Amino acid sequence: MASRSTPHARHAVVEPTAAGAHANGAGHHDEAIVLSARDVAKSFGSVQALKTVNFDVYRGQVTTLFGENGAGKSTLMKILSGVIQPTDGEILLEGEPVRFASTTDAQRLGISIIHQELSLAPNLSVRDNIFMGREIKGPTGIDYAEEARQTRALMEELDEPIDPLTPVEDLRLGQQQIVEIARALSVDSRILIMDEPTSALSASEVEVLFRVIRDLKSRGVSIVYISHHLEEALTITDHAVVLRDGVMTAYARRAEIDLEWIVRNMVGENFDLGSPPAGYALGEVALSIEDLSVADSSVSERSVVDHLSLEVRAGEIVCLYGLMGAGRTELLECVAGRVPSSGGQVRLEGEDVSHLSIAERIEKGLVLVPEDRQRDGLVQTMSVGENLSLASIKAFTKGLLTSGRRERGVVEESIANVHIKTDGPRAEIGSLSGGNQQKVVIGKMLATHPRVVLLDEPSRGIDIGAKAEVFKLLAEGAASQGLAVIFSTSEVGECLSIAHRIVVMSRGRIAAEFGADISKEQIMAASGEAVVA
Amino acid sequence: MSKQRQAPVRQRGGFDLGRLLLEGRAFFALIAIIVIFSLLSPVYFTTNNFLTMSSHVAIFGLLSIGMLLVILTGGIDLSVGSTLGLAGVVAGFLMQGVTFDLFGVTLYPPVWVVVILTCGVGALIGAINGVLIAYFKVPAFVATLGLLYVARGVALLMTDGLTYNNLGGQPELGNTGFDWLGFNRLLGVPVGVWVLALVAIVTLLALARTPFGRWVYSTGGNARAAELSGVPVKRVQVSVYVLSGICAAIAGLVLSSQLTSAGPTAGTTYELTAIAGVVIGGAALTGGRGNVRGTLLGAFVIGFLSDGLVIIGVSSYWQTVFTGAVIVLAVLLNSIQYGGRRKRAAPASPSSPASAPPSTTDREPAAADGKSAGKPAVQH
Ligand SMILES: Nc1ncnc2c1ncn2[C@@H]1O[C@H](COP(=O)(O)OP(=O)(O)OP(=O)(O)O)[C@@H](O)[C@H]1O
Ligand SMILES: [Mg+2]
Repeated sequence: MASRSTPHARHAVVEPTAAGAHANGAGHHDEAIVLSARDVAKSFGSVQALKTVNFDVYRGQVTTLFGENGAGKSTLMKILSGVIQPTDGEILLEGEPVRFASTTDAQRLGISIIHQELSLAPNLSVRDNIFMGREIKGPTGIDYAEEARQTRALMEELDEPIDPLTPVEDLRLGQQQIVEIARALSVDSRILIMDEPTSALSASEVEVLFRVIRDLKSRGVSIVYISHHLEEALTITDHAVVLRDGVMTAYARRAEIDLEWIVRNMVGENFDLGSPPAGYALGEVALSIEDLSVADSSVSERSVVDHLSLEVRAGEIVCLYGLMGAGRTELLECVAGRVPSSGGQVRLEGEDVSHLSIAERIEKGLVLVPEDRQRDGLVQTMSVGENLSLASIKAFTKGLLTSGRRERGVVEESIANVHIKTDGPRAEIGSLSGGNQQKVVIGKMLATHPRVVLLDEPSRGIDIGAKAEVFKLLAEGAASQGLAVIFSTSEVGECLSIAHRIVVMSRGRIAAEFGADISKEQIMAASGEAVVA
Repeated sequence: MSKQRQAPVRQRGGFDLGRLLLEGRAFFALIAIIVIFSLLSPVYFTTNNFLTMSSHVAIFGLLSIGMLLVILTGGIDLSVGSTLGLAGVVAGFLMQGVTFDLFGVTLYPPVWVVVILTCGVGALIGAINGVLIAYFKVPAFVATLGLLYVARGVALLMTDGLTYNNLGGQPELGNTGFDWLGFNRLLGVPVGVWVLALVAIVTLLALARTPFGRWVYSTGGNARAAELSGVPVKRVQVSVYVLSGICAAIAGLVLSSQLTSAGPTAGTTYELTAIAGVVIGGAALTGGRGNVRGTLLGAFVIGFLSDGLVIIGVSSYWQTVFTGAVIVLAVLLNSIQYGGRRKRAAPASPSSPASAPPSTTDREPAAADGKSAGKPAVQH
């Protein structure tokens, strides 16, 4: 590959405008294109992730890439930022062909990326993560004070006053995401690629990010944005590109399109996230949380979950809404047995399970789909199939030995149920797209046939079609098997889907409870969030 | 705009051969070792020599299999060499008869009791390791390093630095048969090799076909995720160290039976040989990857190499250099294999065309094998 494109790099100077025309046909010759991919293709072994894609990034504007899970969005972005090299095609920067051997190459030319999967070193502090590899040198080695100052300034800009010296592993996932964003911002780049930067952020944090993006735009920075939160993405985007099965299928400017256009081009049909399943009576109380408290791991005086009580009946679906730091993750992790409680009780179908281990709770039918799939959800060294069957080994064990045939049954059922796009059960987990990895985590826990399922941000990173499928699956489980569901979300729109009841959490307590007939504004107001226009 | 340029053609054939060589490296290394030494020395390729070498391999193999379990969970067990030595000493001690001063009697336990008690000692050392590591969060390296010293020290204390020479037992005391464990042959094959085969088969089955095996792999791959999926991570950790300790004790019994003596310094630095066997067998020291087949091959590579070097009369200094070089080479290949996994698709299907230039007419391949799962929820 190297030998082929080097001669190119010498002579070919393509006019930016010509490049634009040649990509998308007609319509926007006037726009300045800063970066473009020409006929880019990428295969991973026998999997062809991208097939001859042309893609343009417009100067000082936001170009949003839409597409299903596994459509090839991240792959394209990794190519544009030098993480991986294309199998074919070329990249033009300001009309000049360029080759990035690595991310450092790309960064030097002003292109940086916020990855879909966080790439922070958990043991290092926020400051050290932000300046990793680009340490500021002072007269006596690294100028830590200056680094800390800049970190603080960045965090302020992002409205997230985190102490620069906090180890990243002590931060919530959403805060980690903000650190990741801050790191990308700290590099003065002219092109910033954001691969699902908001998947763990709540509405107000997203607003802050959008303010920053507008600010960057006004300074002439070009943004590539990827998100499965379509509505949200529409508010910031200037150009929309849809990718489908590795092929670019549609392009339009913001003014010409609406949500329906995106969904139609992404998946071919419009659909909604469903409504609360009805037509049956709710059963007995399946899960009852009584006066539960969880102490803050760092500040012992404070409680992240503060004397909280909640009951969920068999067949009932409860949505847990709240800002980052409201204590949702801690609540769910405590109920599942991951973190100890500092008071209170958890009852499963009347039985006190507070002192049981995670494994025993799973056995009794209480399972958690964790929020952070890389850290808590997936075993990277195992295949897709082994990951999917990990929580339900007992179901295919007979006597001492596991049965390969029955395991295959469990795995194939899960793959079909949650629609995982994979090469097969033996594929490496790392070869799946981000959203498909998320589906593996969900599928794994649902394969245990739980009585009560807790899902912490289950829709993180999955496309609108898959989201609807997962919700449908939960709704069906609730209606036909009396499954009790609690799912948390930071996207208000998701509250108003299958949930019978919406519980808003704030500072470790329940701030409000609503029925399904509530409006978005009321939910957001109750969470203490400024209502976004 | 359609592309005229050919996509860079990835040579599947060559690629697959490279991959095959890489994945079967321990096997090919073993073949190479056998061929080379057979050419260099007429006595190498003889049944007798193979049986002798195999009984040496049995010791390393037993240690390596225990070590494999530990390494698969992401740990390390440095205490196995000392455990081996202590096990031999305990067996020797029991074979001499246990005198109870209080009653003035001396008991001579039969060999099967000696075997069980010795394995118990190994299990105990493993349990201490495991509990320190799983429940007290002592890093595995440090905990087992501590036990390396303690076990060796206890062995020296028990014998005052001397060696038990008389392990044959006496018929009138009913404790004969110790030599059967390693010294004797069954169907012409040293018993130690049978023991290794049995342990290997049981471990193979346990890893591939039982829940415990899955637990071991998932604990090493991502302990947090495993725990949230209901894997009893702490119990798994303790178990693997206990099993490693038992393997080391069995190796100690076999070795002292082979030598018909038990010295307190037996097995010094064997832990490193065991780790080398596991690594040559393709396991990742970071946990989660590796298997019994590879580990056995690794043990054979080490054993056949060092015995071969002895046979052709290479000085022991050079032996050390060669062994070291093989280990480094193995680790190097490991990192190529696992490093490559992250960048490439793992299974390159041999049936796919030799080159797949992504042309406009060639839209199928990605969809062909991916079922329709690629389009979730398009149709209701
Ligand atoms: N390292 C790899 N090895 C094999 N296949 C891969 C690899 N990386 C990506 N793929 C495949 O390429 C396709 C595109 O993946 P990609 O990550 O670009 O999707 P995506 O559009 O970002 O999806 P998502 O919305 O889920 O993040 C998927 O089918 C995926 O399985
Ligand atoms: Mg992606």
